[in-house]
Amino acid sequence: MSRLREVLSGRELSIVLALVVVVAVTTAVNPSFLNAQGVHDLFLNASIIALLAIGQTLLVITRNIDLSVGSVMGLTAYLSGQMFIADQGTPTIVVVLAGMALGAACGAFNGALVAIAKVPALVVTLGTLYVFRGIDYGWASATGVHQINADQMSPSFLSFGSGSVLGIPHLTLIALVALVIAAYALHNWRSGRELYAIGSNPHAARLAGIPAGRRVFTAFVLSGALVGLAGVLHASYFGTINASVGTGKELAVVAAVVVGGVAIFGGSGTVLGAVLGALLLTTITGALPILGVPAFWQRAVDGAALLLAISLDRAVMLRLAERLRKERSLRRA
Amino acid sequence: MREKLFRWESILVLLCVAVFAWGSASTPGFAEADNVSFLLLDYTEVALLALALLPIILTGQIDLSVASIIGFCSALTGVLWNAGMPFETIVPIVLVAGAVLGSLNAALIVRFGLPALAVTIGTLGLYRGLAYVVLGDGAVTGFPENYRPIAADNLGGTFLPYATLLVLIVGVLVAVVVHHTPVGRSLYAIGLGEQTARFSGIRVDRIKFTLYIVSGVLCAIASLIYTLRYNSARADNAYGMELIAVAAVLLGGVSIFGGRGTVFGVASALLLMAGLRNVLFLNDVTNEIQNVINGLLLIVSVLVPVVANLIRRRRNPAPAAEPGPPPQETLPDPVGATAAHGTPEEDQR
Amino acid sequence: MGAPEHPSAPLLELRNVSKSFQAVRALRGVSLALRAGEVHALAGENGAGKSTVVRVIGGEHQPDSGEVLLDGETVRFSSPREAQQRGVAVIHQEPIQFPDLSVAENVFMGRQPLRPGRRIDRRAMTRRAAEVFAQLGVPIDPVRQTRGLSIADQQIIEIAKALVADARIIVMDEPTAALSAVEAERLFRVARGLAERGAALLFISHRLDEMYALCDRVTVLRDGAFVTTERMADIDHDTLVRRMVGRSVEQLFPKRDTEAGEEVLVVDGLTRAGVYRDISFSVRKGEIVGLAGLVGSGRSEVVRAIFGVDERDAGSVTVNGEPLPAGRPRTAIERGVALVPEDRREQGLVLELSIERNASLARLHQVSPGGITRRSKESELAGTWGERLALKFGRLSDSVSTLSGGNQQKVVLGKWLATEPSVLIVDEPTRGIDIGAKVEVHALLSDLAAQGMAVLLISSELPEVLGMADRVLVMHEGRLTAELSRDEATEESVMYAATGNGRQGSAA
Repeated sequence: MSRLREVLSGRELSIVLALVVVVAVTTAVNPSFLNAQGVHDLFLNASIIALLAIGQTLLVITRNIDLSVGSVMGLTAYLSGQMFIADQGTPTIVVVLAGMALGAACGAFNGALVAIAKVPALVVTLGTLYVFRGIDYGWASATGVHQINADQMSPSFLSFGSGSVLGIPHLTLIALVALVIAAYALHNWRSGRELYAIGSNPHAARLAGIPAGRRVFTAFVLSGALVGLAGVLHASYFGTINASVGTGKELAVVAAVVVGGVAIFGGSGTVLGAVLGALLLTTITGALPILGVPAFWQRAVDGAALLLAISLDRAVMLRLAERLRKERSLRRA
Repeated sequence: MREKLFRWESILVLLCVAVFAWGSASTPGFAEADNVSFLLLDYTEVALLALALLPIILTGQIDLSVASIIGFCSALTGVLWNAGMPFETIVPIVLVAGAVLGSLNAALIVRFGLPALAVTIGTLGLYRGLAYVVLGDGAVTGFPENYRPIAADNLGGTFLPYATLLVLIVGVLVAVVVHHTPVGRSLYAIGLGEQTARFSGIRVDRIKFTLYIVSGVLCAIASLIYTLRYNSARADNAYGMELIAVAAVLLGGVSIFGGRGTVFGVASALLLMAGLRNVLFLNDVTNEIQNVINGLLLIVSVLVPVVANLIRRRRNPAPAAEPGPPPQETLPDPVGATAAHGTPEEDQR
Repeated sequence: MGAPEHPSAPLLELRNVSKSFQAVRALRGVSLALRAGEVHALAGENGAGKSTVVRVIGGEHQPDSGEVLLDGETVRFSSPREAQQRGVAVIHQEPIQFPDLSVAENVFMGRQPLRPGRRIDRRAMTRRAAEVFAQLGVPIDPVRQTRGLSIADQQIIEIAKALVADARIIVMDEPTAALSAVEAERLFRVARGLAERGAALLFISHRLDEMYALCDRVTVLRDGAFVTTERMADIDHDTLVRRMVGRSVEQLFPKRDTEAGEEVLVVDGLTRAGVYRDISFSVRKGEIVGLAGLVGSGRSEVVRAIFGVDERDAGSVTVNGEPLPAGRPRTAIERGVALVPEDRREQGLVLELSIERNASLARLHQVSPGGITRRSKESELAGTWGERLALKFGRLSDSVSTLSGGNQQKVVLGKWLATEPSVLIVDEPTRGIDIGAKVEVHALLSDLAAQGMAVLLISSELPEVLGMADRVLVMHEGRLTAELSRDEATEESVMYAATGNGRQGSAA
């Protein structure tokens, strides 16, 4: 039990509870929500956001942020399409690696500006959000290839995206592997703990001799590679690509991470929480139409969830502070 | 510090001159009155957003939801117009709606103490989502002919559009408030030392709250102009415009950390960006490439002072103050992150 | 230059070290030898170069000329990290830590014990941290979050860090400034323990009595130059001060006798749950009332609530018969209250703004006739007060960060005196400023009281309270425990009340 409590801290536990409530209510309204296909789809949809959320967590922990994730994802998805146009027989692994490499390169660009040139991450990535998207569209109009369809890709690539092992979709497996590796490294490696240290107090990190610039740069590169992977997986799963893939995803990702309990000002939070946050938001978005909420409300969900999460955190914190104060007052009296 | 800013603004003015000279020389039609009107008109909404953002960024906060407020207000305009409401009634309603959305931001940030960055990323999504809830993904057109000239036409016989006149008036008002009033002095003090501002009797919360409401109202005005100018109310109107506005403010020499910058700098940056956009447009540079340029401008505008600072500091390191202040935090810190950095223990006061 | 009778060779030595920043010569030929088993005091006014010495030893600065010797060998630390690796630890006045991480992680950051696979051995880390705290005699739970620990406990964590890193040279930069007497005594015990185990300690403090209590030798700096190194036992208090100041301080506390008038500030039943309760007192015209107590006893919180920057749960405040509403600093200013706050850099000044902008910050409407702020009025205001307070500055448009601590404090005082208050509350007005400026501040307070101002003075330095106040209020854990007249107030009677030993004495 204590072991379980260690793994599932208060925040993660409450997300799981919220998840159970959402699923229970929705299933009560429409039992088909919980059938095999429904769950399958849910996990598939959550997996891509989860990959992005894992990468984003690495950055937010260090008191940084990456708003360009949607554009990087779009760029790498488009890259995989272009690779098949060049040669429809391109091996899947080559596409995956190329996508991750491009993602990592984008991350390195962001990271270099943040870690070396010391430009605030918010500004850098708000800028590259448009730069990378512009390159994506520019590439599409320069080559005249505005849409790439499934019949232009290799069958093995497509089956990789839609396939599953023991009923678990490949995408979900990949997200789980990424989750386990990231969680292990953040918890057990010195460099992982140093990411928390950097976010908790940058000045103290410098005094402790932590190579903050290098760590932050690395976090951007790793996050970029994960985003690149997500872009390729998106292509292989949906089988249709244009230059607008991933538009607006940054909001969903930041919302997932914050809902998952990662402090927006760094220093605390876990990748497990972020992934659970992604799963919860995906589930809510999927449940809304079943509950009869008009489809357009879905667009407001991520923003609303983000606001709700930070507001709840704040309320809990204020209550806690108030209680501590009252307790001390009683103790003194 | 003042000299440095002055130099930055001089560079902007020189760049402006260069862009306009280049445009006139290389691009036929650039210098014509019609085109200048179009050039100015085209940046009306961005300019209003930048003027709304400037004081907010001076206090060290941010508002990323500005373009989404335009989207919502535009959608609202469309729905009300569809419902047959007269335009004279719609205008005040939309202005109030802008104020309400602004005060929701303000309530979460100021009253509830949440980080401005996180809040306005959230409302960026929420307000845009609500715009779709209100209007769906269709468009409403056919706005009254008698109002559209206000958003599209020029002041009788000149090249100056009415909308630009409005921007100029707002700009002068903002400049007076920012540079020549107690409130303006307070903005800089808040941006550079919020606690000291509080201890000096400056009503920090009230000022911040007001700024977000004003921002909401300016966005609402921008939405009305946008809707009339394109004769189209859509939920996705002004999508992504927050980037261009933030880019203009930062390019204008305003520090993202607060406390530094001038209205003149922002005005120069707006003119520079509007001119550049127009020249590129006339030379058939696509929108996508323009976006790349906007993004790069944003990065460069922050990069240049940082790099200049690094070079200067490497040449002559700062003297040791005693007892030493913690070295200036050079690690990037999302804007507004400090707002809710309180902890149970720290909040005991 | 060390005391030749000392047998052991120095662990760390500075020889003829100089360091300049642009035109400022921060250190000029400073020599200093730290020996194993010895606690060495570094004394000097602010601006004497103490912090620069600390930074050179800690690897933050590299000397322009001269040598740093470690175990007799010349070294050149290129970074704080390198100094740490060579066994140097610097403990700052306000420790800089990772509030989100556990105590053990703070202690071991960068040198966590590892298990195979480069995996952090958390169990070993927790165990060893607990061992170190036991060894220091301070029970801190290693697995708790660091956020919320007292400054005293945070300093113990810094010392634990030094122990874990096998530091042999430990520099304590004004560690006691925020500590209560009990906490300071605990720190001294730990420090002596470290010295006995063979470490060399460099101890910096503004409190001379602490140097005498703890240190074996003292090195005095003045204006960046080496003055002397002496055994503590060989140098008396007055001589030490003379060496530091370079002249005799005729009167550190030039308090004039005044006739107290009617009550100006009346505080009744002020309460904030968990912080302070039932605080009632008054300050009269022409009177300086001292508010004493340990740091954390609620003194600053009380005056912040009076001024309105902090909330209060109950109680009332009146000024000249008019009530002050809670939470409205602006109203307090309008009704004649001024607060020179505790933290000059964070609460008193906007460091990056100019002298003139800072000076007018509390009365912006007065430099803005018709709502339009006039630069000429701003400079006029700053110029007037700069002159009256003998402010030393280049131009009024220079940012206040270019001023020395003492001159910064004068800007704060000028800013508040410009509001023409009838009640002046000063919270630690002389913290971190040199002795010369200190005397000036004391003389100013005395003059203001003589002119009829009601002054409420908070200070952690007992001599200051005893020397300046007509009446002394003492707080302990959020309650007023004593009110002592000038005659009744002694170090003993104030400390007795400050440590919670009931009410005693009665003042007029």
